[in-house]
Amino acid sequence: MAATAKQKSGWITANIVTMLVMLIPVVWIVSLSFKDPSTITDPTFFPRKWTWANYSGIFSTSDFTRPLLNSIGIGLIATFISVLLASLAAYAVARLAFRGKSALVGMSLMIAMFPLISLATPLFNIERALGLFNTWPGLIIPYIAFGLPLGIYTLSAFFREIPWELEKAAKMDGATPFQAFVRVIAPLAAPGMVTTAILVFLFCWNEFLLAFTLTATTAARTAPAALAFFTGSSQFAVPTGSISAAAVVITIPIIIFVLFFQRRIVAGLTSGAVKG
Amino acid sequence: MAEIILDHISKRYPDGALAVDDVSLEIHDGEFVILVGPSGCGKSTTLNMIAGLEDITDGELRIAGKVVNDKAPKDRDIAMVFQSYALYPHMTVRENMGFALKLAKTPKNVIDEKVTEAARILDLEKHLDRKPANLSGGQRQRVAMGRAIVRDPAAFLMDEPLSNLDAKLRVQMRTEVSRIQRRLGTTMVYVTHDQTEAMTLGDRVAVMRLGLLQQVAPPQELYDHPANLFVAGFIGSPAMNFVPGTLEAGKLRTALGDMPLSSAQRQSIESAGAARDVIVGVRPEHFEDSSLVSADLLPKGLQFNATIDVIESLGSDKFVYFTQQLGPAANVTELEELARDSGRADTGGTTETVVARLDPASRITEGENARLWIDGRKLHVFDPGSGRNLTLAGARETAGGASGSGAADGLAGPASARGDGLPDVETARP
Repeated sequence: MAATAKQKSGWITANIVTMLVMLIPVVWIVSLSFKDPSTITDPTFFPRKWTWANYSGIFSTSDFTRPLLNSIGIGLIATFISVLLASLAAYAVARLAFRGKSALVGMSLMIAMFPLISLATPLFNIERALGLFNTWPGLIIPYIAFGLPLGIYTLSAFFREIPWELEKAAKMDGATPFQAFVRVIAPLAAPGMVTTAILVFLFCWNEFLLAFTLTATTAARTAPAALAFFTGSSQFAVPTGSISAAAVVITIPIIIFVLFFQRRIVAGLTSGAVKG
Repeated sequence: MAEIILDHISKRYPDGALAVDDVSLEIHDGEFVILVGPSGCGKSTTLNMIAGLEDITDGELRIAGKVVNDKAPKDRDIAMVFQSYALYPHMTVRENMGFALKLAKTPKNVIDEKVTEAARILDLEKHLDRKPANLSGGQRQRVAMGRAIVRDPAAFLMDEPLSNLDAKLRVQMRTEVSRIQRRLGTTMVYVTHDQTEAMTLGDRVAVMRLGLLQQVAPPQELYDHPANLFVAGFIGSPAMNFVPGTLEAGKLRTALGDMPLSSAQRQSIESAGAARDVIVGVRPEHFEDSSLVSADLLPKGLQFNATIDVIESLGSDKFVYFTQQLGPAANVTELEELARDSGRADTGGTTETVVARLDPASRITEGENARLWIDGRKLHVFDPGSGRNLTLAGARETAGGASGSGAADGLAGPASARGDGLPDVETARP
């Protein structure tokens, strides 16, 4: 059905409005990050004087570079372990009938729904007692705990999509269950694993509350938390420029991630497995 | 190469459903056996149990003399072709076919050799480096076969391997499967719901219904001497016509008229202890245009008049359809199930439509009240209660002699499974 000109213009208007609403804050923070500290409070939207000072400033000290490293390291490790464990668990959830399966699924759903704030204080005390406070594992472990339910959910959906007969075929071909998983199922679930990895990594990357509560120094503090500790050149100066620049920096990987993996997520590998 | 023996195999699911009920079947070395039946009859479950993909609840499964009940599929030395082919989409045709050998740690040059050989047999040489997604249905089907062939297994199991192909390709591949089986001489168990496939492919056909083995016999014997109502209705296309009848004073009274019974028929029906009400089965080809039947044959059958609804002329045959008030349609579950399975129940057709296959020389026209003849010598008489073929039961008894009622009851049991050893029913019939 061909859209009429009126419908078309309606859609275009709606799209533009949505885009503006979404993008104005982004453009704003980018523009703030390029403003000279002296003009940061002026009422113009775009900077009158462009400067890289904010960027060079945040990269000149370890106050931001070290948390950035922490973010990448903690994020990658937590993501890797989450996806690995979640794929095993999701495979079981998708394929096997075992006692307590619904309890397991229900529990993981509950964990995913748990308000983080209710855990912040207990975790703080536990981690101090265990000596995990302000360490990488101190953040990696809770991140895995929250990454797993997410992973189990997305991955079990992907595993369910894979025809069961492929596994039977692998079994008939002489594969052990583990071989069938590693050589047949896992490669086919790769798009699902990538999707899951991205979701878990984004969660770790964006997480603020635990990163703020469970760290004390830049030894383990991640980038979002570090932003909150930025100080201006003097006690009274608000570090708006630095925060904006840092915010832009930590947004860039996300944009790259999504642009780069979008197609892979959508593509899917299972075409041709069964009759087409 | 090996024989496969199912010894009183049963499958009960955790929810209590009995999918396969005490099936005994002996599949000889190099034999091509078909498991056929309507959906839900337990044929695929039986195959999966042979494969090791499903546990056996009861009974013993022996492959090449060894009990394999508790062995994993990979230790049973059997290959399987799945209905959906189940090709690994991320592997090329070559990798798909060599996967089993690779898992078995076969040297690479041996794998290459075997894959190339199988590809040659299946005419897949040009496609070895393509992915399944880029193959046609027929090619995928052949890759699935190739995957089984390269392993050189003791037996092939096939789960409706042709049902995803279009009609023309299916006929081609049917010949192909037959050719490959003969060439390799490997034991093959083949599951299908298509009775034509079953009739054309197998050395022996095992008909199943509701988890029970109904009859195991070579295709022609199944057709000529169906053990019961279900087998009679399931095998053959167009299907056998069923007419309710009563036995009275040595005559078979039906809505079409009284059918004369030969003394041999009468004897076998009586010895089977038939009730008064029976169901008479007549295959379409056992009707004929009365005017084309020689005078000395006419008394051996029944002549009747029918108004012809439809005539389908196929050149070699004329199919004639007419409806007849056949009296109280017997409430026989087998018949209802057959009607459902063939789709007759859905199209609104009834079992009261009779199909006759006449000589193309017949001059009968649509709408005509034609005089038709039924060959009384080819009648089948069934007990509506048990579904048993009474004509056959008697014949078996006269043939089997001492084996007596055992053979009569042994429609599905090991007795008929070993059928080729016993004196054949065919030779015993007058």
